[in-house]
Amino acid sequence: MIAKKWAFEDFVEGDVIELGSKRATADEIVAFATEFDPQPMHLDEDAGAASILGGLSASGWHTCAMFMRLLCDGILLDSTSQGSPGIDYVKWKKPVLAGDELTAAVKVIATRQSKSRPSIGLVTIHSEMRNQEGISVLELENTIMFAKRAGGAAA
Amino acid sequence: MTLDSYLGVGLVRDLGTHLFEAEAIKAFARKFDPQPFHVDEEAARKSVLGGLCASGWHTAAVWMRLSVDAGMTAADAPWEGPGPRPVFGPSPGFRNLKWLKPVYAGDTIRFTRTVVNHRALASRPGWNVLTVRGEAFGQPAGKVMEFDSGVMVQVG
Repeated sequence: MIAKKWAFEDFVEGDVIELGSKRATADEIVAFATEFDPQPMHLDEDAGAASILGGLSASGWHTCAMFMRLLCDGILLDSTSQGSPGIDYVKWKKPVLAGDELTAAVKVIATRQSKSRPSIGLVTIHSEMRNQEGISVLELENTIMFAKRAGGAAA
Repeated sequence: MTLDSYLGVGLVRDLGTHLFEAEAIKAFARKFDPQPFHVDEEAARKSVLGGLCASGWHTAAVWMRLSVDAGMTAADAPWEGPGPRPVFGPSPGFRNLKWLKPVYAGDTIRFTRTVVNHRALASRPGWNVLTVRGEAFGQPAGKVMEFDSGVMVQVG
């Protein structure tokens, strides 16, 4: 038996799963950008304010990474996940500014068996992250592989 | 000079290589993607991936760093007109990101960037959106990651 909370069978088309919240702090925005995306609007408050983004703003890749952490904490770390082959699309819809409180949710849009690996199922999700004003800042769609609870090898 | 030549449309730009060290893989993953195969060698060996490997988001983030370091234009050439020098803006997102193979601790990965095309934005006169393909290659694994990113550029 698989003791994890989430296995392939637990994902039902149409279900919405809330993932919780994360504050985008100035320190974390600058730390990520220093390592991975050292452009002025991600490093400096004044440069951000002068840019089209309107303030110290997170790298889009940092926004994705913050979403990933919420997805891990909300689902993946207590699941039979076998990883994801990729991301169909990401939309950086609005800037994520220092101090923003981000809340993410996932909607299950399709589930199917793997043809090549009978112990695995594929779950396609549409995810969205909103700021404290309810404005959508990130939208993405991808497919994740989960081992089945019954009849599959344990993860 | 045309916008095509300034941007180097169709040319593959070599962004250089990056060594993914175990400690850096774990440090990234502890913050953003703490799945066992990204934070724990022993758990990773027993997993479907077979060894400690980088979060796919870590691989993508390293591409971004090397792309920023390389500068956005094709050849660091001065803009020679006509019209104002193009100004790069934000990215609306990306499509078709594929993590084709794991990037394991100790792998040295080569990254490239190719401006595929650009088109005028009907909704924003004076702005074009570029399609930029990012790719990453291991040795001997071959291609480990690819995606098509958008970049806004103000051309008028």
